[in-house]
Amino acid sequence: MSIRFFNQYPQIPALLSLILLLAIWHGLAIYLHSNTLPTPWTVAGVLYQAVISGELLFHLGVTLLRLLASFSIAMLLGFAIGILLGNNRQLDVFFDHWLLIFLNVPALVTIILCYVWFGLTELAAILAVVINKVPNVIVTIREGARALDKDLAEMAAVYRFGKQKTLRHIIWPQLHPFVMAATRSGLALIWKIILVVELLGRSNGMGYQLHIFFQLFDVASILAYTIAFVALIQLLEGLILKPLDKHAQRWRR
Amino acid sequence: MTEFQIHIKEKAYTSTNSKTRLTIADFDLSIAENEFVCLVGPSGCGKTTLLNIIAELDPHYQGHISLHRKKKETANIGYVFQNPRLLPWRTVRQNIELALQPPVDHSLIDELLSAMQLTEQQHDYPAQLSLGMSRRVAIIRAFAINPEVLLMDEPFVSLDAPTARQVRQLLITIWRKRPHSVLFVTHDLREAIALADRLIFLSSSPMSIVSDIPVTLNRESRDNETEIESFRQFILKQYPEIQSLL
Repeated sequence: MSIRFFNQYPQIPALLSLILLLAIWHGLAIYLHSNTLPTPWTVAGVLYQAVISGELLFHLGVTLLRLLASFSIAMLLGFAIGILLGNNRQLDVFFDHWLLIFLNVPALVTIILCYVWFGLTELAAILAVVINKVPNVIVTIREGARALDKDLAEMAAVYRFGKQKTLRHIIWPQLHPFVMAATRSGLALIWKIILVVELLGRSNGMGYQLHIFFQLFDVASILAYTIAFVALIQLLEGLILKPLDKHAQRWRR
Repeated sequence: MTEFQIHIKEKAYTSTNSKTRLTIADFDLSIAENEFVCLVGPSGCGKTTLLNIIAELDPHYQGHISLHRKKKETANIGYVFQNPRLLPWRTVRQNIELALQPPVDHSLIDELLSAMQLTEQQHDYPAQLSLGMSRRVAIIRAFAINPEVLLMDEPFVSLDAPTARQVRQLLITIWRKRPHSVLFVTHDLREAIALADRLIFLSSSPMSIVSDIPVTLNRESRDNETEIESFRQFILKQYPEIQSLL
Protein backbone atom coordinates (compact mmCIF):
# COMPACT_ATOMS: atom_id res chain seq x y z
CA MET A 1 0.00 0.00 0.00
CA SER A 2 1.49 3.30 -1.02
CA ILE A 3 1.37 6.65 0.73
CA ARG A 4 -0.95 7.92 -1.98
CA PHE A 5 -3.50 5.27 -1.07
CA PHE A 6 -3.47 6.46 2.55
CA ASN A 7 -3.88 10.06 1.42
CA GLN A 8 -6.90 9.09 -0.59
CA TYR A 9 -8.56 7.25 2.28
CA PRO A 10 -7.39 8.97 5.45
CA GLN A 11 -9.73 6.82 7.58
CA ILE A 12 -7.83 3.61 6.76
CA PRO A 13 -4.70 4.19 8.88
CA ALA A 14 -6.89 5.23 11.82
CA LEU A 15 -8.96 2.09 11.42
CA LEU A 16 -5.86 -0.10 11.13
CA SER A 17 -4.31 1.36 14.26
CA LEU A 18 -7.56 0.80 16.15
CA ILE A 19 -7.71 -2.81 15.00
CA LEU A 20 -4.10 -3.28 16.09
CA LEU A 21 -4.93 -1.96 19.56
CA LEU A 22 -7.87 -4.38 19.81
CA ALA A 23 -5.67 -7.23 18.64
CA ILE A 24 -3.02 -6.49 21.28
CA TRP A 25 -5.71 -6.29 23.95
CA HIS A 26 -7.24 -9.56 22.77
CA GLY A 27 -3.89 -11.34 22.67
CA LEU A 28 -2.99 -10.12 26.14
CA ALA A 29 -6.36 -11.15 27.58
CA ILE A 30 -6.08 -14.65 26.09
CA TYR A 31 -2.51 -15.00 27.33
CA LEU A 32 -3.22 -13.79 30.90
CA HIS A 33 -6.55 -15.57 31.08
CA SER A 34 -7.61 -13.54 34.12
CA ASN A 35 -10.83 -11.92 35.37
CA THR A 36 -9.04 -8.60 35.68
CA LEU A 37 -8.55 -8.32 31.92
CA PRO A 38 -11.55 -9.56 29.92
CA THR A 39 -11.32 -9.91 26.13
CA PRO A 40 -12.74 -7.21 23.84
CA TRP A 41 -15.59 -9.61 23.03
CA THR A 42 -16.65 -9.94 26.64
CA VAL A 43 -16.55 -6.17 27.07
CA ALA A 44 -18.57 -5.68 23.88
CA GLY A 45 -21.19 -8.07 25.25
CA VAL A 46 -21.37 -6.23 28.57
CA LEU A 47 -21.60 -2.90 26.72
CA TYR A 48 -24.44 -4.24 24.59
CA GLN A 49 -26.32 -5.46 27.69
CA ALA A 50 -25.80 -2.15 29.50
CA VAL A 51 -27.15 -0.22 26.53
CA ILE A 52 -30.15 -2.52 26.09
CA SER A 53 -31.09 -2.35 29.77
CA GLY A 54 -30.96 1.45 29.58
CA GLU A 55 -28.70 1.62 32.61
CA LEU A 56 -25.69 2.98 30.79
CA LEU A 57 -27.65 5.62 28.92
CA PHE A 58 -29.26 6.81 32.14
CA HIS A 59 -25.99 7.26 34.00
CA LEU A 60 -24.25 8.70 30.97
CA GLY A 61 -27.13 11.15 30.53
CA VAL A 62 -26.99 12.26 34.16
CA THR A 63 -23.26 12.87 33.91
CA LEU A 64 -23.72 14.70 30.62
CA LEU A 65 -26.32 17.02 32.18
CA ARG A 66 -23.99 17.81 35.08
CA LEU A 67 -21.25 18.44 32.58
CA LEU A 68 -23.38 20.82 30.54
CA ALA A 69 -24.51 22.80 33.57
CA SER A 70 -21.09 23.18 35.17
CA PHE A 71 -19.36 23.77 31.84
CA SER A 72 -21.71 26.59 30.80
CA ILE A 73 -21.52 28.31 34.16
CA ALA A 74 -17.72 28.01 34.27
CA MET A 75 -17.31 29.32 30.70
CA LEU A 76 -19.62 32.31 31.15
CA LEU A 77 -18.14 33.28 34.49
CA GLY A 78 -14.57 32.72 33.35
CA PHE A 79 -15.13 34.65 30.13
CA ALA A 80 -16.54 37.70 31.90
CA ILE A 81 -13.83 37.77 34.57
CA GLY A 82 -11.08 37.04 32.04
CA ILE A 83 -12.11 39.97 29.83
CA LEU A 84 -12.29 42.24 32.87
CA LEU A 85 -8.82 41.28 34.11
CA GLY A 86 -7.30 41.39 30.64
CA ASN A 87 -8.42 44.99 30.18
CA ASN A 88 -7.80 46.37 33.64
CA ARG A 89 -4.26 46.31 34.96
CA GLN A 90 -5.07 47.25 38.55
CA LEU A 91 -7.74 44.59 38.95
CA ASP A 92 -5.45 42.10 37.25
CA VAL A 93 -2.56 42.75 39.63
CA PHE A 94 -4.89 42.66 42.63
CA PHE A 95 -6.62 39.39 41.80
CA ASP A 96 -3.65 37.62 40.30
CA HIS A 97 -2.82 36.06 43.67
CA TRP A 98 -6.34 34.75 44.14
CA LEU A 99 -6.12 33.20 40.73
CA LEU A 100 -2.83 31.54 41.53
CA ILE A 101 -4.23 30.08 44.75
CA PHE A 102 -7.38 28.74 43.10
CA LEU A 103 -5.37 27.30 40.20
CA ASN A 104 -3.27 25.31 42.64
CA VAL A 105 -5.93 24.00 45.00
CA PRO A 106 -6.21 20.27 44.22
CA ALA A 107 -9.54 19.32 42.65
CA LEU A 108 -10.15 16.74 45.37
CA VAL A 109 -9.89 19.40 48.10
CA THR A 110 -12.48 21.64 46.44
CA ILE A 111 -14.82 18.69 46.02
CA ILE A 112 -14.53 17.57 49.64
CA LEU A 113 -14.95 21.12 50.95
CA CYS A 114 -18.00 21.73 48.78
CA TYR A 115 -19.65 18.55 50.06
CA VAL A 116 -18.74 19.39 53.66
CA TRP A 117 -20.00 22.97 53.44
CA PHE A 118 -23.07 22.53 51.23
CA GLY A 119 -24.00 18.91 51.91
CA LEU A 120 -24.17 16.00 49.48
CA THR A 121 -26.34 17.95 47.04
CA GLU A 122 -26.50 18.52 43.33
CA LEU A 123 -25.63 22.20 43.89
CA ALA A 124 -22.47 21.29 45.79
CA ALA A 125 -21.45 18.86 43.04
CA ILE A 126 -21.82 21.43 40.28
CA LEU A 127 -20.22 24.18 42.35
CA ALA A 128 -17.19 21.99 42.96
CA VAL A 129 -16.70 21.45 39.23
CA VAL A 130 -17.21 25.15 38.47
CA ILE A 131 -14.68 26.27 41.08
CA ASN A 132 -12.16 23.85 39.63
CA LYS A 133 -12.66 25.02 36.09
CA VAL A 134 -13.20 28.79 36.33
CA PRO A 135 -9.56 29.77 37.05
CA ASN A 136 -8.38 27.96 33.91
CA VAL A 137 -10.94 29.75 31.77
CA ILE A 138 -10.02 33.10 33.31
CA VAL A 139 -6.32 32.61 32.61
CA THR A 140 -6.89 31.61 28.98
CA ILE A 141 -9.39 34.36 28.19
CA ARG A 142 -7.25 36.93 29.99
CA GLU A 143 -4.37 36.09 27.66
CA GLY A 144 -6.72 36.63 24.73
CA ALA A 145 -7.96 39.97 26.05
CA ARG A 146 -4.38 41.12 26.60
CA ALA A 147 -3.41 40.15 23.08
CA LEU A 148 -6.14 42.22 21.42
CA ASP A 149 -4.67 44.20 18.53
CA LYS A 150 -4.48 47.94 19.28
CA ASP A 151 -3.97 48.73 15.58
CA LEU A 152 -7.29 47.19 14.66
CA ALA A 153 -9.00 48.94 17.56
CA GLU A 154 -7.71 52.28 16.24
CA MET A 155 -8.87 51.42 12.76
CA ALA A 156 -12.33 50.67 14.14
CA ALA A 157 -12.38 53.98 16.00
CA VAL A 158 -11.40 56.00 12.92
CA TYR A 159 -14.01 54.30 10.77
CA ARG A 160 -16.67 54.65 13.49
CA PHE A 161 -17.45 50.98 13.88
CA GLY A 162 -19.45 51.54 17.06
CA LYS A 163 -19.79 49.06 19.92
CA GLN A 164 -21.68 46.25 18.24
CA LYS A 165 -19.63 46.16 15.05
CA THR A 166 -16.38 46.33 17.01
CA LEU A 167 -17.43 43.47 19.23
CA ARG A 168 -18.55 41.24 16.40
CA HIS A 169 -15.92 41.95 13.76
CA ILE A 170 -12.85 43.02 15.74
CA ILE A 171 -12.95 41.59 19.27
CA TRP A 172 -14.73 38.25 18.89
CA PRO A 173 -12.61 36.89 16.00
CA GLN A 174 -9.49 37.63 18.01
CA LEU A 175 -10.85 35.94 21.12
CA HIS A 176 -12.22 32.94 19.30
CA PRO A 177 -9.04 30.80 19.38
CA PHE A 178 -8.76 31.42 23.12
CA VAL A 179 -12.40 30.51 23.69
CA MET A 180 -11.88 27.30 21.74
CA ALA A 181 -8.76 26.50 23.74
CA ALA A 182 -10.67 27.10 26.99
CA THR A 183 -13.51 24.92 25.72
CA ARG A 184 -11.27 22.02 24.77
CA SER A 185 -9.12 22.03 27.87
CA GLY A 186 -12.25 22.73 29.90
CA LEU A 187 -14.13 19.71 28.62
CA ALA A 188 -11.13 17.47 29.19
CA LEU A 189 -10.72 18.73 32.75
CA ILE A 190 -14.41 18.62 33.66
CA TRP A 191 -14.85 15.06 32.40
CA LYS A 192 -12.20 13.93 34.81
CA ILE A 193 -13.32 15.97 37.79
CA ILE A 194 -16.99 15.21 37.39
CA LEU A 195 -16.41 11.47 37.84
CA VAL A 196 -14.64 12.07 41.14
CA VAL A 197 -17.45 14.38 42.23
CA GLU A 198 -19.98 11.65 41.47
CA LEU A 199 -17.89 8.95 43.09
CA LEU A 200 -17.66 10.90 46.34
CA GLY A 201 -21.13 12.26 46.78
CA ARG A 202 -23.76 11.32 44.23
CA SER A 203 -25.95 8.25 43.83
CA ASN A 204 -26.07 8.24 40.03
CA GLY A 205 -23.85 9.10 37.07
CA MET A 206 -20.77 7.48 35.59
CA GLY A 207 -18.60 8.12 38.62
CA TYR A 208 -21.08 6.41 40.92
CA GLN A 209 -21.37 3.41 38.61
CA LEU A 210 -17.60 3.04 38.32
CA HIS A 211 -17.42 3.11 42.09
CA ILE A 212 -19.89 0.20 42.31
CA PHE A 213 -18.03 -1.80 39.65
CA PHE A 214 -14.79 -1.21 41.50
CA GLN A 215 -16.26 -2.68 44.67
CA LEU A 216 -17.50 -5.69 42.69
CA PHE A 217 -14.19 -5.96 40.83
CA ASP A 218 -16.24 -5.91 37.62
CA VAL A 219 -13.52 -4.91 35.16
CA ALA A 220 -15.60 -5.75 32.09
CA SER A 221 -18.24 -3.21 33.11
CA ILE A 222 -15.61 -0.59 33.91
CA LEU A 223 -14.11 -1.02 30.46
CA ALA A 224 -17.54 -1.00 28.79
CA TYR A 225 -18.45 2.28 30.50
CA THR A 226 -15.08 3.75 29.62
CA ILE A 227 -15.57 2.92 25.95
CA ALA A 228 -19.01 4.53 25.94
CA PHE A 229 -17.53 7.55 27.64
CA VAL A 230 -14.65 7.98 25.20
CA ALA A 231 -17.00 7.49 22.26
CA LEU A 232 -19.25 10.26 23.57
CA ILE A 233 -16.32 12.69 23.89
CA GLN A 234 -15.19 11.86 20.35
CA LEU A 235 -18.72 12.51 19.15
CA LEU A 236 -18.83 15.92 20.85
CA GLU A 237 -15.45 16.81 19.38
CA GLY A 238 -16.29 15.62 15.88
CA LEU A 239 -19.86 16.87 15.64
CA ILE A 240 -19.67 20.19 17.50
CA LEU A 241 -16.17 21.49 18.18
CA LYS A 242 -14.43 20.58 14.92
CA PRO A 243 -17.09 22.10 12.62
CA LEU A 244 -17.19 25.27 14.76
CA ASP A 245 -13.43 25.57 14.55
CA LYS A 246 -13.34 24.94 10.83
CA HIS A 247 -15.90 27.65 10.17
CA ALA A 248 -14.14 30.22 12.30
CA GLN A 249 -10.71 29.47 10.86
CA ARG A 250 -11.72 29.58 7.19
CA TRP A 251 -9.71 32.76 6.56
CA ARG A 252 -6.38 31.22 7.56
CA ARG A 253 -4.05 30.10 4.83
CA MET B 1 -13.43 77.77 0.16
CA THR B 2 -13.25 74.91 2.62
CA GLU B 3 -10.26 75.07 4.80
CA PHE B 4 -8.92 72.46 7.07
CA GLN B 5 -7.04 74.04 9.91
CA ILE B 6 -4.66 72.40 12.29
CA HIS B 7 -3.34 74.29 15.23
CA ILE B 8 -1.38 72.39 17.83
CA LYS B 9 0.09 74.49 20.58
CA GLU B 10 1.72 71.68 22.45
CA LYS B 11 1.86 67.93 22.42
CA ALA B 12 3.95 66.23 25.06
CA TYR B 13 4.88 62.58 25.22
CA THR B 14 5.55 60.85 28.51
CA SER B 15 7.67 57.75 28.15
CA THR B 16 7.48 54.73 30.44
CA ASN B 17 10.29 56.04 32.66
CA SER B 18 8.07 59.12 33.12
CA LYS B 19 10.32 61.56 31.30
CA THR B 20 8.25 64.14 29.45
CA ARG B 21 9.36 65.28 26.05
CA LEU B 22 7.77 67.87 23.79
CA THR B 23 6.87 66.20 20.47
CA ILE B 24 5.01 68.99 18.72
CA ALA B 25 5.15 72.71 19.47
CA ASP B 26 3.38 75.63 17.80
CA PHE B 27 2.33 73.76 14.73
CA ASP B 28 0.03 75.66 12.37
CA LEU B 29 -1.13 74.34 9.04
CA SER B 30 -4.13 75.01 6.87
CA ILE B 31 -5.07 72.93 3.88
CA ALA B 32 -7.26 74.17 1.05
CA GLU B 33 -10.14 72.15 -0.30
CA ASN B 34 -8.94 69.26 -2.47
CA GLU B 35 -5.33 70.09 -1.86
CA PHE B 36 -2.78 67.29 -1.76
CA VAL B 37 -0.22 68.09 0.92
CA CYS B 38 2.83 65.98 1.64
CA LEU B 39 4.53 66.12 5.02
CA VAL B 40 8.23 65.31 4.66
CA GLY B 41 10.49 64.86 7.63
CA PRO B 42 12.91 62.53 9.35
CA SER B 43 11.45 59.38 10.87
CA GLY B 44 10.48 59.67 14.48
CA CYS B 45 9.78 63.40 14.21
CA GLY B 46 6.14 63.02 15.21
CA LYS B 47 4.33 62.73 11.89
CA THR B 48 2.27 59.73 12.96
CA THR B 49 1.47 61.47 16.24
CA LEU B 50 0.17 64.42 14.24
CA LEU B 51 -2.06 62.22 12.08
CA ASN B 52 -3.37 60.40 15.18
CA ILE B 53 -4.30 63.74 16.73
CA ILE B 54 -6.14 64.78 13.57
CA ALA B 55 -7.93 61.41 13.46
CA GLU B 56 -9.05 61.91 17.09
CA LEU B 57 -7.15 58.83 18.22
CA ASP B 58 -5.05 60.92 20.56
CA PRO B 59 -6.94 63.52 22.62
CA HIS B 60 -3.99 64.49 24.82
CA TYR B 61 -2.78 67.75 23.27
CA GLN B 62 -3.38 71.45 23.44
CA GLY B 63 -4.75 73.15 20.40
CA HIS B 64 -7.62 72.69 18.01
CA ILE B 65 -8.42 71.21 14.66
CA SER B 66 -11.24 72.56 12.58
CA LEU B 67 -12.95 72.11 9.29
CA HIS B 68 -15.14 74.81 7.71
CA ARG B 69 -14.16 76.91 10.74
CA LYS B 70 -16.32 74.63 12.83
CA LYS B 71 -15.17 72.14 15.40
CA LYS B 72 -13.94 68.98 13.74
CA GLU B 73 -16.60 66.66 15.24
CA THR B 74 -18.47 66.63 11.96
CA ALA B 75 -15.51 65.83 9.73
CA ASN B 76 -15.43 62.54 7.91
CA ILE B 77 -11.84 61.36 8.03
CA GLY B 78 -10.28 58.55 6.04
CA TYR B 79 -7.04 57.15 7.38
CA VAL B 80 -4.61 54.91 5.54
CA PHE B 81 -2.25 53.58 8.18
CA GLN B 82 1.36 52.60 7.73
CA ASN B 83 0.39 48.94 7.74
CA PRO B 84 -2.86 48.05 5.98
CA ARG B 85 -4.78 47.06 9.15
CA LEU B 86 -7.26 44.85 7.35
CA LEU B 87 -9.32 42.34 9.30
CA PRO B 88 -7.76 38.98 8.36
CA TRP B 89 -11.04 37.15 9.07
CA ARG B 90 -13.08 39.22 6.60
CA THR B 91 -12.82 39.27 2.82
CA VAL B 92 -11.55 42.26 0.87
CA ARG B 93 -15.06 43.42 0.12
CA GLN B 94 -16.29 42.90 3.69
CA ASN B 95 -13.31 44.89 4.95
CA ILE B 96 -14.38 47.82 2.80
CA GLU B 97 -18.09 47.50 3.58
CA LEU B 98 -17.50 47.37 7.32
CA ALA B 99 -15.89 50.82 7.26
CA LEU B 100 -19.00 52.37 5.71
CA GLN B 101 -22.00 53.70 7.52
CA PRO B 102 -25.29 52.38 6.15
CA PRO B 103 -26.68 52.63 3.53
CA VAL B 104 -23.69 51.05 1.76
CA ASP B 105 -23.07 52.35 -1.75
CA HIS B 106 -22.16 49.14 -3.57
CA SER B 107 -21.60 50.81 -6.91
CA LEU B 108 -18.93 53.05 -5.37
CA ILE B 109 -17.14 50.00 -3.98
CA ASP B 110 -17.31 48.32 -7.38
CA GLU B 111 -15.91 51.43 -9.02
CA LEU B 112 -13.03 51.76 -6.56
CA LEU B 113 -12.23 48.04 -6.73
CA SER B 114 -11.97 48.18 -10.50
CA ALA B 115 -9.95 51.42 -10.41
CA MET B 116 -7.49 49.75 -8.04
CA GLN B 117 -7.54 46.55 -10.15
CA LEU B 118 -8.85 44.38 -7.33
CA THR B 119 -12.23 43.29 -8.69
CA GLU B 120 -11.07 39.69 -9.00
CA GLN B 121 -9.72 39.59 -5.45
CA GLN B 122 -12.78 41.09 -3.75
CA HIS B 123 -13.84 37.80 -2.16
CA ASP B 124 -10.34 36.78 -1.09
CA TYR B 125 -9.11 36.98 2.49
CA PRO B 126 -6.24 39.38 3.22
CA ALA B 127 -3.82 36.48 3.82
CA GLN B 128 -4.15 35.61 0.14
CA LEU B 129 -3.11 39.10 -1.01
CA SER B 130 0.34 40.54 -1.64
CA LEU B 131 1.41 43.54 0.42
CA GLY B 132 0.82 45.86 -2.52
CA MET B 133 -2.73 44.55 -2.89
CA SER B 134 -3.44 44.90 0.84
CA ARG B 135 -2.27 48.49 0.73
CA ARG B 136 -4.59 49.14 -2.21
CA VAL B 137 -7.51 47.68 -0.22
CA ALA B 138 -6.66 50.04 2.66
CA ILE B 139 -6.71 52.95 0.20
CA ILE B 140 -10.09 51.86 -1.19
CA ARG B 141 -11.47 51.63 2.35
CA ALA B 142 -10.41 55.21 3.02
CA PHE B 143 -11.81 56.51 -0.26
CA ALA B 144 -15.07 54.60 0.09
CA ILE B 145 -16.24 56.63 3.08
CA ASN B 146 -16.10 59.77 0.93
CA PRO B 147 -13.83 61.56 3.37
CA GLU B 148 -13.51 65.30 3.67
CA VAL B 149 -9.92 64.77 4.65
CA LEU B 150 -7.77 61.78 3.84
CA LEU B 151 -4.79 60.99 6.06
CA MET B 152 -2.07 58.74 4.68
CA ASP B 153 0.84 57.59 6.81
CA GLU B 154 3.67 56.34 4.58
CA PRO B 155 1.27 53.94 2.89
CA PHE B 156 3.83 52.75 0.36
CA VAL B 157 6.69 52.02 2.69
CA SER B 158 8.29 48.58 2.21
CA LEU B 159 6.85 48.13 -1.28
CA ASP B 160 9.38 47.53 -4.03
CA ALA B 161 9.91 50.51 -6.33
CA PRO B 162 7.81 49.37 -9.34
CA THR B 163 4.90 48.31 -7.11
CA ALA B 164 5.05 51.56 -5.15
CA ARG B 165 5.01 53.49 -8.41
CA GLN B 166 2.04 51.55 -9.71
CA VAL B 167 0.02 52.06 -6.51
CA ARG B 168 0.99 55.74 -6.52
CA GLN B 169 -0.37 56.13 -10.02
CA LEU B 170 -3.58 54.33 -9.12
CA LEU B 171 -3.94 56.57 -6.07
CA ILE B 172 -3.58 59.73 -8.16
CA THR B 173 -6.09 58.40 -10.69
CA ILE B 174 -8.82 57.83 -8.15
CA TRP B 175 -7.97 60.99 -6.24
CA ARG B 176 -8.36 63.11 -9.40
CA LYS B 177 -11.67 61.45 -10.07
CA ARG B 178 -12.87 61.99 -6.50
CA PRO B 179 -10.78 64.81 -5.11
CA HIS B 180 -10.57 65.76 -1.47
CA SER B 181 -7.96 67.19 0.86
CA VAL B 182 -5.10 64.81 1.49
CA LEU B 183 -2.42 64.89 4.15
CA PHE B 184 0.26 62.43 3.07
CA VAL B 185 3.22 61.58 5.29
CA THR B 186 6.43 60.34 3.70
CA HIS B 187 10.19 60.58 4.06
CA ASP B 188 10.78 59.98 0.36
CA LEU B 189 11.15 63.32 -1.41
CA ARG B 190 10.69 61.84 -4.90
CA GLU B 191 7.43 60.26 -3.83
CA ALA B 192 6.29 63.56 -2.32
CA ILE B 193 7.06 65.46 -5.52
CA ALA B 194 5.22 62.87 -7.60
CA LEU B 195 2.06 63.29 -5.52
CA ALA B 196 1.75 66.67 -3.85
CA ASP B 197 0.49 70.14 -4.60
CA ARG B 198 2.47 71.37 -1.66
CA LEU B 199 5.40 70.07 0.36
CA ILE B 200 5.70 70.75 4.08
CA PHE B 201 9.13 70.02 5.54
CA LEU B 202 9.26 69.16 9.21
CA SER B 203 12.04 69.24 11.77
CA SER B 204 12.15 66.90 14.71
CA SER B 205 11.81 67.21 18.49
CA PRO B 206 9.73 69.22 18.83
CA MET B 207 8.20 68.96 15.39
CA SER B 208 7.67 72.23 13.58
CA ILE B 209 7.41 73.46 10.01
CA VAL B 210 10.72 74.35 8.35
CA SER B 211 9.56 75.12 4.80
CA ASP B 212 6.35 75.21 2.85
CA ILE B 213 7.07 74.65 -0.83
CA PRO B 214 4.52 74.53 -3.68
CA VAL B 215 5.10 71.83 -6.30
CA THR B 216 4.89 73.70 -9.59
CA LEU B 217 5.42 70.63 -11.76
CA ASN B 218 2.24 69.91 -13.71
CA ARG B 219 0.60 66.56 -13.04
CA GLU B 220 0.99 65.20 -16.56
CA SER B 221 4.79 65.36 -16.46
CA ARG B 222 5.08 63.61 -13.10
CA ASP B 223 5.21 60.13 -14.59
CA ASN B 224 8.58 61.15 -15.92
CA GLU B 225 11.40 60.28 -13.48
CA THR B 226 13.82 62.85 -14.91
CA GLU B 227 11.32 65.69 -14.45
CA ILE B 228 10.88 64.70 -10.83
CA GLU B 229 14.61 64.44 -10.33
CA SER B 230 15.26 67.88 -11.83
CA PHE B 231 12.54 69.42 -9.64
CA ARG B 232 14.13 67.73 -6.66
CA GLN B 233 17.53 69.24 -7.52
CA PHE B 234 15.81 72.61 -7.99
CA ILE B 235 14.19 72.73 -4.58
CA LEU B 236 17.28 71.36 -2.84
CA LYS B 237 19.23 74.29 -4.27
CA GLN B 238 16.47 76.81 -3.66
CA TYR B 239 15.77 75.72 -0.08
CA PRO B 240 19.08 74.58 1.42
CA GLU B 241 17.53 74.30 4.90
CA ILE B 242 15.65 71.13 3.94
CA GLN B 243 18.78 69.17 3.11
CA SER B 244 19.42 68.22 6.71
CA LEU B 245 15.89 66.79 6.99
CA LEU B 246 16.24 64.17 4.27
